[in-house]
Amino acid sequence: MTAAAAKAQPALTQQEAFVQFLLRMGDNTLILGHRVSEWCGHAPVLEEDIALANIALDLIGQTQIWLGLAADVQGEGKSADDLAFLRDAWDFRNLLLVEMPNGDFGQTLMRQFLFDAWHGLMLEQLKSSSDERVAAIAEKASKEVAYHFERSAETVISLGDGTEESHNRMQAALDYLWPYVGEMFLSDEIDAAMEQAGIAPDPTTLRDAYDTRVSDVLAEATLTIPESRFAQKGGRTGQMHTEHLGHLLTQMQWLQRAYPGAKW
Amino acid sequence: MYAQMIKSEATQDDPEKLAAFQARIDAGEKIEPKDWMPEGYRKTLIRQIGQHAHSEIVGQLPEGNWITRAPTLERKAILLAKVQDEAGHGLYLYCAAETLGISRDEMTEMLLDGRMKYSSIFNYPTLNWADIGAVGWLVDGAAIMNQVPLQRTSYGPYSRAMIRVCKEESFHQRQGYDVIRRMAEGTPEQKKMAQDALNRLWYPSLMMFGPSDKDSVHSAQSMKWKIKMNTNDELRQKFVDQTVPQAEYLGLTIPDPDLKWNEERGHYDFTDPDWNEFFDVIKGNGPCNADRLAARNKAWKDGQWVRDGMLAHARKKAARKHAAE
Ligand SMILES: [Fe+2]
Ligand SMILES: [Fe+2]
Ligand SMILES: [Fe+2]
Repeated sequence: MTAAAAKAQPALTQQEAFVQFLLRMGDNTLILGHRVSEWCGHAPVLEEDIALANIALDLIGQTQIWLGLAADVQGEGKSADDLAFLRDAWDFRNLLLVEMPNGDFGQTLMRQFLFDAWHGLMLEQLKSSSDERVAAIAEKASKEVAYHFERSAETVISLGDGTEESHNRMQAALDYLWPYVGEMFLSDEIDAAMEQAGIAPDPTTLRDAYDTRVSDVLAEATLTIPESRFAQKGGRTGQMHTEHLGHLLTQMQWLQRAYPGAKW
Repeated sequence: MYAQMIKSEATQDDPEKLAAFQARIDAGEKIEPKDWMPEGYRKTLIRQIGQHAHSEIVGQLPEGNWITRAPTLERKAILLAKVQDEAGHGLYLYCAAETLGISRDEMTEMLLDGRMKYSSIFNYPTLNWADIGAVGWLVDGAAIMNQVPLQRTSYGPYSRAMIRVCKEESFHQRQGYDVIRRMAEGTPEQKKMAQDALNRLWYPSLMMFGPSDKDSVHSAQSMKWKIKMNTNDELRQKFVDQTVPQAEYLGLTIPDPDLKWNEERGHYDFTDPDWNEFFDVIKGNGPCNADRLAARNKAWKDGQWVRDGMLAHARKKAARKHAAE
């Protein structure tokens, strides 16, 4: 960090950094779970409706635990629901990838695959976190995510290597979403603090394993990874989300905002 | 109840075979897919199970309408799980219907072009969050009334599907009641939402049992075959008797000024739904018919490339495996 930047941003306490890390985990699952749930009743085939609902359900379940822990560590008397429903876009810490719109089924599954591949690796590392609560969440979530990855990889393979149309759509989805992959491997002072405390790995260390994982599947899917490694960023820091997030929150938070204090 | 106005088919089969078949049913035996069965029995069952399956599928739409606006993480998770269950019910039921010699794709095409129906209830909108409670409480409640006896239906695969479905439906009903109870006990606005939901969904729920017995022309044969276990009016009465005390407990008013306990009959007297409205909805003129069918058609059409792609890949894989052997 440059001296000027250090002056502009007072260093985070360990507790603040931990909360930010937990929000990153919980906001990813919240926003992606929400996106996937938008499919309900509209999937291409009944089995996919069931599978998508199941994935959304797992992700919302994980959100309850991550954001619950974030609220506890924060110690301001908030609940997971307060964090989910009463923060504005700039306080969200999810990756841009997960807030991208569903598009067609191919885009939804490609987004899922690109995220699952990272999510699985991350959780695997978190199983040995120095924080027992984090390790316990990772233990439970990694079982669910192993299934998500298996399923999304399988679907990417069959649609990539299906008909000409399905191949073209999957390639278009990959080209569209690839610029959002790099953000998963960026590292900042929060990650450094987590790494130092043994709570979480430095995200940059996951990139090689990710590339291997993803390129194996995409090769089988006969899809071509774009050459550019340019990364759109701003989600996990909250500095600049996409325009899409605000609309998602408008819908998700409406009841809580319109009827403050009501119990549901 | 998701099967309404199922027309039973006339049967022209060998009288001896028919008598033997009826004797099996009367003796409480289950009919299995490989057994001989009258053509009318088979066709009526396809229509009934198919309509039930379609109802589970279309029924995802009014509830899915609120998944993205569920007010808490827990409510969102419960609703997602419920809608997932409903899709699962659709799957078991399509499988049961397939044992009668029709494919899921054929039934889907018939739903999409209007040759097959789904329950009239899903042509009503879900307009506020309390509707999600009311759907679980009233709609799943009415479905259970019909499906519990169908666990004893004569057709084996249908009976087994009903046994699996019923366990989950009673869960849904309790969860729905919990949503609406929370709102009935909540702020004045929440209470208003709960009452509004009950006002709109009460009569459509009564319609779920189908027309009055005096207008229900197809019941006798189906009851003889044990694919219908009770008359429409019996089930409707049972539903009203069960639901009125629940509404009272919630402090909500059932929108029927003539509703009252009849000591002599040991049942509630109540106002019938507007049957003209019911027949309008069945004909396609309900508030959501066009939107529901358009949503299902769009999902099917947009999904064509996905289904084609998956099939093409499965074939390539099989061919590669074959070539390697
Ligand atoms: Fe169901
Ligand atoms: Fe049902
Ligand atoms: Fe249900």
